[in-house]
Amino acid sequence: MSSIFRNINASLAGWRLIGTPFLFGFLLLVAPLFLMIALSFWTQDYLDLDRTPTLNNYRDIFSHPVYVLLIKRSVIISLIVTITTVLLAFPMAYYISFYGGRYKAIWLFLITIPFWTSYLLRIFLWKIILGYNGVVNSGLQSLNLIEEPLSFILYNANAVVIALAHAWAPFAILPIFVALERIDRSMLEAAKDLGDTAIRSFMRVTLPLAMPGIVSAALIVFIPTIGDYVTPRLVGGKDGLMVANMIQVQFSKANNAPLGAALAITSLLTVLLISLGFLFFNRRYLRKQSS
Amino acid sequence: MKKPPLLLFSFVIIYLVFLYAPIMLLPIFAFNDSSIIAFPLSGFTVDWFVGLMGENTLHRALKNSLIIAITAAVISTCFGILTARAMARHNFLGKRPSFGLIMAPLFLPEIIIGVALLIVLIQLGISLNIWTVILGHILICTPFSVSILYSAFNNMDKSIEEASLDLGETRFGTFRRVIFPLVKPGVIASLLICFTISLDEFVIAFFLTGVEPTLPVYIWAQLRFPSKLPSIMALGFILLLLSLILLAIFEYYRRRSETLIGNQPS
Amino acid sequence: MTSEQNDNEQMVELRGIRKSFGDLEVVKGIDLNIAKGEFFSLLGPSGCGKTTLLRMIAGLETPDDGTIVISQQSMNGVDANKRPTNMVFQSYAIFPHLNVGENVAYGLIKQRLPKAEIRQRVDAMLKMVDLDGYYNRPSYALSGGQRQRVALARALILEPKVLLLDEPLSALDKKLREQMQDELRRIQRTLGITFILVTHDQEEALIMSDRIAVMFDGNIAQLGTPKEIYDKPLSKRVASFIGVMNFLKGKCVGETKTDIKVEVATLGQVSFSRDLVPEGVSLDHLNIGFRPEMFTVLYDKKEKAENTFMSEVKNVDYYGDMTYYTLALPNSDMDITVSMRNTSGRYVYGLGEAIRVGWRSSSLLILN
Repeated sequence: MSSIFRNINASLAGWRLIGTPFLFGFLLLVAPLFLMIALSFWTQDYLDLDRTPTLNNYRDIFSHPVYVLLIKRSVIISLIVTITTVLLAFPMAYYISFYGGRYKAIWLFLITIPFWTSYLLRIFLWKIILGYNGVVNSGLQSLNLIEEPLSFILYNANAVVIALAHAWAPFAILPIFVALERIDRSMLEAAKDLGDTAIRSFMRVTLPLAMPGIVSAALIVFIPTIGDYVTPRLVGGKDGLMVANMIQVQFSKANNAPLGAALAITSLLTVLLISLGFLFFNRRYLRKQSS
Repeated sequence: MKKPPLLLFSFVIIYLVFLYAPIMLLPIFAFNDSSIIAFPLSGFTVDWFVGLMGENTLHRALKNSLIIAITAAVISTCFGILTARAMARHNFLGKRPSFGLIMAPLFLPEIIIGVALLIVLIQLGISLNIWTVILGHILICTPFSVSILYSAFNNMDKSIEEASLDLGETRFGTFRRVIFPLVKPGVIASLLICFTISLDEFVIAFFLTGVEPTLPVYIWAQLRFPSKLPSIMALGFILLLLSLILLAIFEYYRRRSETLIGNQPS
Repeated sequence: MTSEQNDNEQMVELRGIRKSFGDLEVVKGIDLNIAKGEFFSLLGPSGCGKTTLLRMIAGLETPDDGTIVISQQSMNGVDANKRPTNMVFQSYAIFPHLNVGENVAYGLIKQRLPKAEIRQRVDAMLKMVDLDGYYNRPSYALSGGQRQRVALARALILEPKVLLLDEPLSALDKKLREQMQDELRRIQRTLGITFILVTHDQEEALIMSDRIAVMFDGNIAQLGTPKEIYDKPLSKRVASFIGVMNFLKGKCVGETKTDIKVEVATLGQVSFSRDLVPEGVSLDHLNIGFRPEMFTVLYDKKEKAENTFMSEVKNVDYYGDMTYYTLALPNSDMDITVSMRNTSGRYVYGLGEAIRVGWRSSSLLILN
């Protein structure tokens, strides 16, 4: 009996603190998300909302190739961005962790500095770098390596991938770095001592142990990227637009909020499904490694 | 220190060039004497900076952004203190789910948060203004504040608080005389980081701002006009310097926080 | 000794104290009286509930059941900050943002005393703990021993009726620990304050305490003076926790009104007074114990003893001042440990050497 009372007392002490931020989060995140789900089953009737539940919005999404194409493209771009970002981030994190020595903090600082510029301007500056008269093209031309400016690097999915792989770099480097830091260095020496080559000990010890960091890096890049609005608009051109741009259009010009909500939920669910699948396969991989 | 393999070292250098490429252009075009953003450069000028002085819309946007960023930073940091303290010191029913909820905005696409909030505000008939932006920004800043403050609260030796009680101090007095002084650097770091995030946030502000633009919303609008670009570069350069100053202060307080609480600064 | 009339006064009285964490009961109904001016130790292995008991006396934990009375006042519902107790924490819990003087003055500042008086009392207290002139030293610049002194000064300056010490010396190295043991004892005698010390170090408890409570699994297994605890442990468990003890099997083979006759495995028959037999032991399966120093190595063939036997040295542990021999009991595969003080010129036996051991029947104990 008394232990139940004590548990309630302990709970009260915790809730007295976390209650306010929790309530705020509940009212401004959970409740809106539920309302968004509800909205996705309603219909916009010019200025009024028809609240009869219907699947029409979802039917629209899956019957119009443009929506399916946008979601598909967003997922593919996000996946490519995730893979690129993590692949580029890993050697950097590895370098800082294993060769940073006394300067680890300075290295980390060095990596975060570029990200304290306005996000909008950073993406926009990629437009200047990759553009027709941009840095890359004028540079290559002045070196006489190309005669005509390259056109495949701006206003398409490639540009989106480059800009996003840049924008999310620290979010990928930091979790991987933290995971690498946690690896007990004597374990690597033990592997070497037991006759593993550098590559084998990397594959058998370092990589599995760094996996939690790689996983959080991948998720922290993948999930928000799919909803990116600015990058496709600035550097994506017509072929680089993503689903967030369409969601925005539905909420403004097209004045079809329910369809926008349905699009948002469809893409969110897609992201969650892919992420869960990724986590599942990763767990299997780690289990296989440890057995 | 071991010597890194040449391949790895070359990669690191190229990657750093990649990371710094965009911001290197900011000062270049901010001081370039040409209204076209392209190479080759034509000459040095500070006209673009001077021009910013006369932009009234910019001044209004800046004022809005400052109000939003300061308010959001203060409230998020309060939420961060409450959450971090609860997580570090208490065991309660629903601890993990409520923590997950508070941290969720970190993992959600900003457009989802913006759209969801927009729907609620429209349904409730609330007109959009800077306060609606503040609400959204508190939501996304709180997780950052929690992650900065959690380690400060968690690494603090529990017996330090007990010692204060044991020496006759009240719970409130213990907070005032011991806990707060020890987490103060963390609190300042949290304020700075939340301020910076809010000042830079675009998507949520884009959805939730009414007729009053924030700084990023103003910049977004200007990006459509090629003639405005050089002054935007100048503005960006000022913002970069400002962020770096804040970041340096932040780093100073983060280290203070770690040495105070007895951790090795990393 | 403090004034006569206070000698019997109880400072801390514990009545049926119980405490559980979740499903685990860590303190299982403890009754205990601690006298005024006493240096009292709670001794036991980690997890025995000694620290929890101390924290309940301090008011940092609330008992599930039972009453704590300090200086004739019930502490039920009294918070830690209102109790006449102060604590020295295991981690010392020095406030890292305050310097030495501010740490020591912490409790006095709360009492809103005049600044000059605070300063004067802090200086006096720093002198007492040998930290004269350390007032402005930042706390991070202190060594382990100095931190310990600051923690002590900070607690003592409030003139508590009871000072609680939670493993205060466990973080110090051996030399410093021994020095602090003396110093704590000196301070306790000077001030006449009741000290309650929690420790897992039996030697520390024996050296410092007036009385010791040995705790196992949330209960007090034995309560007594250091000498009582060491010489007359009640159970096998207490005996093996405190010092080294040899254990032998015994069986009662004859009884008289006052004595019982016990056949001790391979050593022969020994008579024990019935007073020495603990309650509730089975006379067919007796645990007999003796301390290594109770048996003597007989160096001279002519040397006499009440009982003797011959054996062979199976192991030698040389400690400098002492030598511990592991010997096979005659006609048995059991080993016993015998210790001898290395007085000057005394021979140290080597492995495999024959050795003659003498012992007295009165050095054997019957244990629960």
